[in-house]
Amino acid sequence: MAEQIKEPILELAGLRKTFGEAVAVDDVSLTLPPAGAVAIVGESGSGKTTVARMIVGLERPTAGRITACGRDRSAPPRSARERRRRGGEVQIVFQDPYSSLDPRQSPGAAVEEILRLHTSLSAPRRRERVAELADLVGLSDRHMAALPSALSGGQRQRVAIARALAAEPRILILDESVAALDVSIQAQVLNVLADVRERTGVAYLFISHDLAVVRQIADDIVVMRHGSIVERGPAARVLDEPGHPYTRLLRASVPRPGWRPTRKEQEKA
Amino acid sequence: MSGILEISRLTVTLPTPDRPKPVLSDVSLSIAEGQAVGLVGESGSGKSMTARSIVRLLPPGARVEGAIRYQGTDVGGLRGAALRELRAGVPMIFQDPRAHINPVRTIGDFLTEALRIRGRVGRRQAEQRAVRVLGEVGIADGGRRLRQYPHELSGGLLQRVMIAATLLAEPKLLLADEPTTALDVTTQAEVMAVLDELRRERGLAMLFITHDLELAAAVCDRTAVMYAGRVMEVRASAALHDDPLHPYTAALTAARPSLERRADRLATIPGRPLSAFEAPDGCVFCERCPHVREGCRTRRPELRPMSDGEVACLRAEELQAASHG
Amino acid sequence: MTVVSATLRAGRGGRGERGRLGALGMAAAGVIVLAVVLAAVGPILTTADPNASDITHAYGAPAAGHPLGFDGQGRDLLSRLLTGARTSLLGPLWIVTLSMAAGIAVAITAAWVGGWLDSVVSAVLEVMFAFPGVLLAMLVAAVFGPGLNAAVLALAVAYIPYIARLVRSAALAERRKPYIQALEVQGASALSICVRHLVPNLLPIIAAQATLFFSYAMVDLAIVSFFGLGVQPPDADWGTMVGGGQSGVLQGYPAESLLAGGCIVVLVVAFNLLGERLSEGRPTSRPWPWRRTRAVGAA
Repeated sequence: MAEQIKEPILELAGLRKTFGEAVAVDDVSLTLPPAGAVAIVGESGSGKTTVARMIVGLERPTAGRITACGRDRSAPPRSARERRRRGGEVQIVFQDPYSSLDPRQSPGAAVEEILRLHTSLSAPRRRERVAELADLVGLSDRHMAALPSALSGGQRQRVAIARALAAEPRILILDESVAALDVSIQAQVLNVLADVRERTGVAYLFISHDLAVVRQIADDIVVMRHGSIVERGPAARVLDEPGHPYTRLLRASVPRPGWRPTRKEQEKA
Repeated sequence: MSGILEISRLTVTLPTPDRPKPVLSDVSLSIAEGQAVGLVGESGSGKSMTARSIVRLLPPGARVEGAIRYQGTDVGGLRGAALRELRAGVPMIFQDPRAHINPVRTIGDFLTEALRIRGRVGRRQAEQRAVRVLGEVGIADGGRRLRQYPHELSGGLLQRVMIAATLLAEPKLLLADEPTTALDVTTQAEVMAVLDELRRERGLAMLFITHDLELAAAVCDRTAVMYAGRVMEVRASAALHDDPLHPYTAALTAARPSLERRADRLATIPGRPLSAFEAPDGCVFCERCPHVREGCRTRRPELRPMSDGEVACLRAEELQAASHG
Repeated sequence: MTVVSATLRAGRGGRGERGRLGALGMAAAGVIVLAVVLAAVGPILTTADPNASDITHAYGAPAAGHPLGFDGQGRDLLSRLLTGARTSLLGPLWIVTLSMAAGIAVAITAAWVGGWLDSVVSAVLEVMFAFPGVLLAMLVAAVFGPGLNAAVLALAVAYIPYIARLVRSAALAERRKPYIQALEVQGASALSICVRHLVPNLLPIIAAQATLFFSYAMVDLAIVSFFGLGVQPPDADWGTMVGGGQSGVLQGYPAESLLAGGCIVVLVVAFNLLGERLSEGRPTSRPWPWRRTRAVGAA
């Protein structure tokens, strides 16, 4: 509960996004405490990815307010400096590890490019920092010098995390960032994420459909459906004693030994 | 036990510009009538290739050794009409139904086409049967659905249409290659419920391919775990999930986060999943195995009977005794 | 040449380009290299002045020091072919370079900015499609007087929409990729993202297209010169030579037209083949087999 006393590092208030007639996100409000980890859980079409894209400025909210690190970012940046500052505050790691990296650029060069963009470090200092970041996500010098095509999905995703962390953002959005990974690799990346949060104090907004993964990483859970939040609370409470019928359905749909899948007999067009 | 499907020592090699690459080696697996067998593995493990080998949907130039018997017939010898008959009789459903249905033709065209061509059934009769199978997969207003186009249906609904289509051939064995992987978890539950009911009502056997050990444990009678083109362990699903004999199965189970509690740290497997062509000599898992001994690097363990199933690990007994001791 | 080597470099992330070119593609590249070398060192190979006319040798048969014989004005054919190679290669090179530069700039800007600018650009390109390049070049020659420069400029303008259309759609697809969006989120400037990441990743497509367009440009320029609106006499050019050799054909001396036409055909085929080979692998030139993604919870 101590976390709630702190000023939130990210605050969404009444966020709304429409695409033509369709309402993708409707009145979403949530707060993320510094060094916290909040998960947005929901199925396809729930609007969770649209929320993430609005926070990083890839979509423009139809209505509502986004405040990160105490500054409003609901409207597009007015200057190059403002754009860079926003980039230094909130970063994102996407789902697909295969198109997340420039195929012509080595991971080391990719991370260094971000350092050049955001810092005034000297070339030797930048190289040191690249090595530190590589170490943070468990990649070797050899990995950082290779081309992305020589790296596995898990390694690429770690590069994407290192690149996102290069400018030392206060908030990292992970949009289904471990969903495409094999189980054994997913575990490695989840551990890396836990280490990174502990060592850097970055806050996570973790977007996922996988409740077990969410339990492993998040302190709090927000459940979205059809663009709206239907339930929120501490992870253990939401998963162990779900209050909303939809959360209960999500929980009951997770396969486990002895599980008997059930038909809801709901007919959608 | 003589099953509907018997795969013995299946080895598949694909040609590449450099050298032939093995994708499966010594895969043995059997499915009894009406039984659901899960095939679980990470990328490159060869699980899809195994299913494709059964209906001979392999890339051109693939070399196949070993035998696959479906209802006693060696499918390796089938050609032409006999092969087409096998493929019709052992239907396959895929992860992405949209890629396997013609987007400009109606659901009705899709469902009745095979019947009208192969079965020489009249249009009205074919449509009646199509509506009936749609009913079987829980799509009530079949008459209306027949006139719809694939893009008008959600992914879950379309996957049920694909399942309905397979029923028209009155199959005894269904091959399902990650049929719910692209679906939301609640939709997955519905599709799995449909498959589960059909299996019980029709005595349908199923080879269910998935990366999700929990899903396999939940819906399959037996589960086979594959790694680098080889079967590591085959056992009754619940036993395999709760008390794995092979270190790889154990590591997979441990690496998956739990819905019930948060682990301090997840137990990881060092390295990355290997494909058959990259596998080391000896046990294919030896480089990532926490229980590796010198012998594991030189001797390749065969799949051999143990407790209620089969396992391919030199130290299985030893490890079991240690974990239970 | 620059085109080929750029592509060879661009391909280093994936499998080798040599495998993709195949024997035919390599042969085509060899022909092109040979033509470029001959054009460069031509004057050293032959001592005859390509413009020196000696009417006594009109349509003269091959002789010592003149292995291909003479044209209707008694000029040495070999030296005319070799000098003609220069204009015949440099003209298309300028056309391709200018139209590529303009087309890429327009396409990338439209694709990146999007919105109304993209709509306006697309509409303008549609209008430009309506003008056949050769016709435009002749129109320009009619207004500003004939000459190589006018023809090159006119053809370059006429090629812009074709290049812009291709690059625009490729750029639209590329900019939606997460690696570009990640840079946007970082706050990198549009110019730096485009120059450092977007365009280099489109380079294989651009190079393949440039090679193909080189062959079109050669033909179009030859047509313009054939009609006497391109390179002006007495300067040698293959297109002009085909046209200039006409009267020779009628008099039973087809060597000039045939030799010049043959050079055009061989090079056009070579550029075409190479362009085809370069573009063939494009859609599959991803450095790694595409791996399926699991349950996409994207909204």
